[in-house]
Amino acid sequence: MKPKAAVRNADPTIQFDDVTYRLNGTVRHTIVKEIRFVIDSGQTLVLLGRSGSGKTTLLRLINRLLTPSAGQVIVSGRPTTDWDPIRLRRGIGYVIQDAGLFPHFTVAENIALVPSLEHWDAARTSARVDELLTLVGLEPAQYRTRRPHELSGGQRQRVGVARALAADPPILLMDEPFGALDPVTRAELQREFRALAGRLAKTIVFVTHDLREALALASRIILLENGQIVADASPQDFPRLDHPEVLAFTASLTPVPGSPS
Amino acid sequence: MTPWSFFLEHRSEILEATANHLTLVLISMAFAIAIAVPLGMLIVHRPTLRNFVLGLASVFQTIPSLALFGFLIPIPFIGGIGRRTAIVALVLYALLPILRNTYVGLTGIDPAVLEAAEAMGMTESQILWRVRLPLARAVILAGIRTATIITIGVATIAAAIGAGGLGTFIFRGVAMVSDAVILAGAIPAALLAIIADLLLGLLERRLKIS
Repeated sequence: MKPKAAVRNADPTIQFDDVTYRLNGTVRHTIVKEIRFVIDSGQTLVLLGRSGSGKTTLLRLINRLLTPSAGQVIVSGRPTTDWDPIRLRRGIGYVIQDAGLFPHFTVAENIALVPSLEHWDAARTSARVDELLTLVGLEPAQYRTRRPHELSGGQRQRVGVARALAADPPILLMDEPFGALDPVTRAELQREFRALAGRLAKTIVFVTHDLREALALASRIILLENGQIVADASPQDFPRLDHPEVLAFTASLTPVPGSPS
Repeated sequence: MTPWSFFLEHRSEILEATANHLTLVLISMAFAIAIAVPLGMLIVHRPTLRNFVLGLASVFQTIPSLALFGFLIPIPFIGGIGRRTAIVALVLYALLPILRNTYVGLTGIDPAVLEAAEAMGMTESQILWRVRLPLARAVILAGIRTATIITIGVATIAAAIGAGGLGTFIFRGVAMVSDAVILAGAIPAALLAIIADLLLGLLERRLKIS
């Protein structure tokens, strides 16, 4: 047995300890500054903010695609810099806006990526692929052998979520996963995501610039402005805060009939 | 003497020269691919080496081919008169298109795909072999195709240093001021280039990933 269960067994909490990240290490290019918060196990935390507010940077600091210029990010009890980045990342699911599916792999091969890196046997992998396809609402027999270019945007994103969940990571990072979808498909995936998140009991960090999406999906919302946290509240309390950036976001909400919030 | 009658009279000689020519090209391409593709993979993550290697390959490309053959003759081990020297020169010529396409193919991949691969916990070498290389193979083959066509053409000049091939007829024809003799070398060389282009083009389309 390889020492792969480290993220799995430990508590899947994420802690930011006065984390600063500067591009090229220069003060002028400070992206996030002295960020401090704890994400509890099982929480669906939404990082909300405008473009360039630093939300994606925070996400990428968690799986060590970036390392802090100062401070530390602690995942499952250890600073990310102490982790072998490969082991750390295999215990953290990652979903991005364009799905980033491998165009030369079939749907099944895409989903089986982490299991194959972890040398699962074929039967176990195959069963897992079917299970996940079913979970994200795609008929396994119909979709297993398709290639990404034969899928719609919504289907690609479903496969992206299935791939991220393949090895059952305790932590899931999602960077505007529904951002590129048409409104109908987006609403559909948001509904399913909410049901899924409730069932899977994972620690989820979700980046978006859409307040409506944040209110619909989050168990907690952190609002970022210019690389700093300006609000941290439950979705129930968030709209009642009176910080100018919160007001700017709530003002952006135009009432739409049947909106999920 | 018409080209056709010359061709008929010397057909076995022309056929032999064509075979020689083809061998020269195939050996050179095998070496060029064996050097340029791994080198292209090596420079993906090494910017300093990349500039040096691509620069050097470009320099070889700028040396007029006849001069390159001439320069190589006095160099020990690889030089001298004959086929070996010709192969060295042809390999140097073929490097740049393969090298550049390998590098461009390996680095011109959708950033979202590379980000996902890294975030999924693939190591650098896993990303190279399992993501970059399969996605780059059509572009790499396009470089090999370009290099092959260049090599078929430049290989005619190799006759100047005694390497044989279809250039023998071209040089002889120039000396004899005979179009018929020149064409006996030029037409098969052109046909080889066209056939290579078609076949490799076909393969390239099959490797392309939508």
